[in-house]
Amino acid sequence: MSAILEARELVKRYPKVTAVDGLSLSIAEGTCFGLLGPNGAGKTTTVEMMEGLTPPSSGEVRFRGQPLDRHFKQAVGIQFQSTTLQDFLTTRECIELFASFYPSPLPTAEVMRMCSLEAFADQDNRKLSGGQRQRLYLALALVNDPQLLFLDEPTTGLDPQARQNFWELIRSIKAKRKTIVLTTHYMEEAYALCDEIAIMDRGRIIAQGTPEALLMEHFEGVWLELPRGSFTPPPDFPWKVYATEALVGIHTANVNETLRHLMAQQVSLEGLRVKAPTLDDLFLELTGRELRA
Amino acid sequence: MRAFYALFVARNKEFLRDRGTLAWNFLFPFLAVAAIALVFSGGNRELYKVGVVGLDALRASQHSAGTAPQAGTAPAGAAATAPSAAGSTADGSPAQAAVRAFLQTRYVQFVPVHDLAAAQDKVRHHLFDLVLDVQGQPRYWVNPTNPKGYFLERVLWSAGGRSALPREELQGREIRYIDWLLPGVLAMNMMFSCLWGVGYVIVRYRKGLILRRLKASPITAVQFICAQIASRLVLVLFVTAVLFFGLDWMLDIYNAGSLLALFVVFAIGGICMIALGILLASRTSNQELAGGLLNLATWPMMFLSGIWFSLEGSSPWLIQLSRVFPLTHLIDAARAIMVDGATLSAVLPQLGWLVAMTAVFLGAGALLFRWE
Repeated sequence: MSAILEARELVKRYPKVTAVDGLSLSIAEGTCFGLLGPNGAGKTTTVEMMEGLTPPSSGEVRFRGQPLDRHFKQAVGIQFQSTTLQDFLTTRECIELFASFYPSPLPTAEVMRMCSLEAFADQDNRKLSGGQRQRLYLALALVNDPQLLFLDEPTTGLDPQARQNFWELIRSIKAKRKTIVLTTHYMEEAYALCDEIAIMDRGRIIAQGTPEALLMEHFEGVWLELPRGSFTPPPDFPWKVYATEALVGIHTANVNETLRHLMAQQVSLEGLRVKAPTLDDLFLELTGRELRA
Repeated sequence: MRAFYALFVARNKEFLRDRGTLAWNFLFPFLAVAAIALVFSGGNRELYKVGVVGLDALRASQHSAGTAPQAGTAPAGAAATAPSAAGSTADGSPAQAAVRAFLQTRYVQFVPVHDLAAAQDKVRHHLFDLVLDVQGQPRYWVNPTNPKGYFLERVLWSAGGRSALPREELQGREIRYIDWLLPGVLAMNMMFSCLWGVGYVIVRYRKGLILRRLKASPITAVQFICAQIASRLVLVLFVTAVLFFGLDWMLDIYNAGSLLALFVVFAIGGICMIALGILLASRTSNQELAGGLLNLATWPMMFLSGIWFSLEGSSPWLIQLSRVFPLTHLIDAARAIMVDGATLSAVLPQLGWLVAMTAVFLGAGALLFRWE
């Protein structure tokens, strides 16, 4: 597949910090690309440079092989995470307002239908719930029928139902062969929606690929989790373990052998859970467990 | 109670660490008090206003002769006693002696006048209570329908002017204070609406990242600014028109000029105020600082642009300072049209200033403007 968006050796320096440090990536057309990373990793700055909102200190972003120009804004849609809209405008009026910025916008009714906003068409945008507001923000990003859609943490703060609903919406947009760049803190969301992910840390990409390929590359086997009280691993325990207040996890590539070993040690298997590694595990494995600012 | 205290401390820290707002909170009351003190300094308690043609020359000659009494500073009763003392005409005619005695009257503001015709118009409309020409043979003009003119004339007569000074009557409809005040009030309302309605809203848009959202769209800064100007201009002209006609219906407002000329003046003035609002809001996303900046612009204009009282007779440097404010030019032009019946060509200087200021404000605003 051809690349719709490429970043080449992007660098963004601020007076006291280099937020992005020589980042390169390529996003294939028609895919959903997830950009993940802990707070301060530089993903927001990276996305802002790719959106054309922040100029890079060096390097360049290319859209369909061309440097970003005024036509780029016509071809992309951006869903901002935490902006407000003009006071007192209804949902419909907001969409109509933003539609007026583009030469060939989608009909307002169609955009509202796509984002399930018909029931709130005449409601003041400030009175929408979190999920409804996110759908309105998505509608504003879709109003120009963009080829490339940036979604900035679109489900942050939503309840599980609203999140699932939003994911369905994203899948329907994916089905129309739109290219999506998604930033999120929810690994589950990235796993559910993204064809490819890149994990950033300290201004660089530290891993990139499909979620499955990355999990296979970094993890072999599964985690066996036992209640904390039932097992205390001895110093010479042959498998890698981790412990939380509630449980002890054992990483093993051979479940049968590990279980036999535990039973031989007369460890109670009551409450045993088998857990496959997730993107959360991968994220923590790659970026560490220490708290970021 | 703990939550209240924590909120109290947090808010105090927020305020104290915002240096711009903090500085403004000290600066603004100082400036406001200073402006009021300036305007009302010098014991300006005059109840009457007399235009005097040739006052500067008279004072200069008296000063060089070492006989210059300060107008309005003579002891009470001086006006009554001066004529007999000065009536000997030791240093001039009885008329000149009467003038000197009259000029010593307290609580009368003697305003130097250079344009006799304009001063006569003011007498017609009660904006001057009397006009005195002390060049050559002294003479005076008074409007017999003006009660203050009646009293001043009696004072002048008691100073010996009854037989010595030729008297001329001027007729005209009284310009009530409300007639004189209205152009200023309309202009002030326009100023607040334009500055806050555009400036503060842009800052709120910036703070709420609405401008960021717009930046990501194909909208250009020029389009955005023009839309703001157009929107506010239409609104503010509509509001001004409603106020004007509503007050006219209620109070029978005096308007000697053309409504079209007035519309043009308010339109140009409105654009100038909006441009100033855009300039003040061009960079900051701090609403408190923006409020301070807007107050910094509006309050001096409110006091020093001649909304409430005429700056005529004020210190020359204060009058020069008032020329810095667009509101002064807007009020001068609107007042000239409404009160004096001036045409557009007569207020071209004021319009020229407004256009020039608009160009400066818009140019600087466009240069400094940032979406985020």
